[in-house]
Amino acid sequence: MLYFDHSASSPPKEEVIRTVSEVMAQIYANPSSLHRSGAEARKLLERAREQAARLFGTEPSEWRFTSGGTESNNLAIFGAARRYRNRGRHLIVSAVEHPSVAEPFRALEREGFRVTVLPVGPTGHVNPADVEAALTDETILVSVMHVNNEVGSVQPIEAIGRLLRDRPRTLFHVDGVQSVGKLPVPIREWGVDLFTISAHKFGGPRGAGWLYVRGGVELEPILYGGGQESGLRSGTENVPAIVGAAKALRLAIESQPVRAERMGRLRRRLVEGVVRLPGVVLSGPEEDDPNRPMAPHIVHFCCPGLKPEVIVHSLEELGVLVSTKSACSSKDDKPSAVLTAMGRDAACASSGIRISLGDEHDEASIDALLERLETVLRRLMPLRRKEERH
Amino acid sequence: MTFDHILIRFGEITVKGRNRSRFEAEMLKQVKHALRSFPGLTYIRTFGRLYIALGNEPYEPVAERLKDVFGISSFSPVKRVEPELGAIREGALAVMRSFPQREATFKVKASRRWKGFPHDTMSLNHLVAAHVLRNMPHIKVDVHNPDIELNVEVQEHHAYVYCEVIPGAGGFPYGSNGKAVALLSGGIDSPVAVWYAMRKGLEVEAIHFHSYPFTSKEAQDKVVTLAKRLSHYAGSPFKLHLVPFTDIQTRLAQTGQEHLIITLMRRSMLRIAQKIAERVRALAVVTGDSLGQVASQTLSSLNVIGRTCELPLLRPLISMDKLEIIAMAKRIGTYETSILPYEDCCTLFVPKSPATNPNLRVVERIERGIPELDEMIAKAVEDTETLELTPDEPVPAGSSAADRDDWF
Repeated sequence: MLYFDHSASSPPKEEVIRTVSEVMAQIYANPSSLHRSGAEARKLLERAREQAARLFGTEPSEWRFTSGGTESNNLAIFGAARRYRNRGRHLIVSAVEHPSVAEPFRALEREGFRVTVLPVGPTGHVNPADVEAALTDETILVSVMHVNNEVGSVQPIEAIGRLLRDRPRTLFHVDGVQSVGKLPVPIREWGVDLFTISAHKFGGPRGAGWLYVRGGVELEPILYGGGQESGLRSGTENVPAIVGAAKALRLAIESQPVRAERMGRLRRRLVEGVVRLPGVVLSGPEEDDPNRPMAPHIVHFCCPGLKPEVIVHSLEELGVLVSTKSACSSKDDKPSAVLTAMGRDAACASSGIRISLGDEHDEASIDALLERLETVLRRLMPLRRKEERH
Repeated sequence: MTFDHILIRFGEITVKGRNRSRFEAEMLKQVKHALRSFPGLTYIRTFGRLYIALGNEPYEPVAERLKDVFGISSFSPVKRVEPELGAIREGALAVMRSFPQREATFKVKASRRWKGFPHDTMSLNHLVAAHVLRNMPHIKVDVHNPDIELNVEVQEHHAYVYCEVIPGAGGFPYGSNGKAVALLSGGIDSPVAVWYAMRKGLEVEAIHFHSYPFTSKEAQDKVVTLAKRLSHYAGSPFKLHLVPFTDIQTRLAQTGQEHLIITLMRRSMLRIAQKIAERVRALAVVTGDSLGQVASQTLSSLNVIGRTCELPLLRPLISMDKLEIIAMAKRIGTYETSILPYEDCCTLFVPKSPATNPNLRVVERIERGIPELDEMIAKAVEDTETLELTPDEPVPAGSSAADRDDWF
């Protein structure tokens, strides 16, 4: 089986499984308990926190454990908007965010906030000039993802961070779920205030993630209770997952440069093959373009006129797993919001296929994928719905 | 990078006459040890001074580390040039250009250690200053109160140009003045007292009293963290003696002399400390007492408590204000640990009104009423556990699952 759905969830690393299972078996005490076992669990949490802090050149006090990307995004967005609503009621978000960012903004709009949605170009990139034009004195939060989960566009976080540098009243949230371990993530240098990480995207366990909250930034909690995580995230800490996640994070970040280089090579090979396939529209530049950078691990294309789930299932029969849109919204039939925002028509926007790479892939797996893609597409082409009938 | 060397000046050790060469050799050893994570450095020892050639190592982290080495009075980043006028002038200009501010005043302070150099100090001052003024029109000379003092030092084989003098930690090389034991609680004061003792060249072994279950594991971990921080200054493994104090403490509490309990505890602690000092051949006991700060630190309490100890009692903080001590704790990096909220065995039994003027005869009578006290003290010494700590070492193996490096 060739697994090309790492951006949905990645296979956990061997070492991480061992850590999680050993900690789960041995450290079962509640980290809030006073006795020694509790203290031990607490120490493990703090070590995990220090590890994250060290890997990003930040302070341990700036890291909060959460259940993953969705919770971190919700906490960042609701937490910041509600905490600082007296500063202003204007929010800015890109049009291509993951639903766990886009939906909280919609909810905040219902709560009375004004939301500006930033357009993207045909390759899914935000233009920093649009951010600048949208900023007002009322703007309290800007949220732009680092790497788009569907098509892989890398957003100009550094440039947006520069725009916001002299605006201490405007917080900057970055959803880094797809980028950690794949690209350098200098959150301090960027001037990011809130940064979302999810462990299972880089070989960690599901149900574990982080929210980086820059020192001095306050958030209104979304969960209330025992006051864990400095009152920001009540609920007994998931110690085994958190320790496993810390290990996965270290492994992912330490090997990031090597991975980016290797995956970039594989991605170019894949793109070269994909553009030669019949009836395929690549979502992104065909050649590497520094002005429209793409993440090294995601290739996305559309097959107008074909139902993407038919492609997914046909490939599955040949032992290849890929994804339509993002896994979180792949069950509905609607055109992808991301592709629509990129200006694709309905036929294209509802026929997207995402291929995402992992560490186990090499040239041979890319070639195998291309060969089977071609087989499937050649078989399906005659059954394609014509544009006018759509 | 303008600067290629660091010039290190030794402090008090240079006054030590005959012993100087021994001190200098010890100093070199300690500087090398402190900088062992920078393999690109080379060391040049000259009369009363030490030069470090940076090679490919960055200046800033080396300087940061040097600030913590005892025995260094100051150091300067320097540029080394050939001992001839052209090279000195160019070097001086390069140093001046490394300053960001555009408008500044300066003066040149030349010293000619090599008398074979053709220009004397006065004319060298003029020759260098004139060259800088010609090339940097916005810079002016001010001989009385310059922003920048540009030093030029000419020796036979090299000349050195520098303008910054960074104060060092001062004191004597660690361990060059003998050995002491120190009482280390988890509080703010005692780590500062230990640091001052170490700076004076004392090798220190710390003693901590714990009263599990009246004190928690965290309280002990906190002391281990403090000791690890202090080991950073020692530059060698730092010993921490952990004394089980529960039995003595509960026995003293049963005497019913609530207001004297702290006095009684402190006396027993000093007795234990003295016995440990004898064991490790230390010649003094260092405490964090600061006069009048708490009930046990009134002059009358210090008298009654101190009488149990025959070794010199060194109290580096005795005349310092609390705010000064806190500032020092922050500077040496122990404050954040010290303020963690875990009880130590002294805060635990604090009575509502501790005696500020204890009566020695009363105290001695109470102690005579505990015939087993000497035995208990001997047992506490016997059961003392000793840890050897270094800055990067995790808490000793086996003590916690959190030390399982392989989980991370």
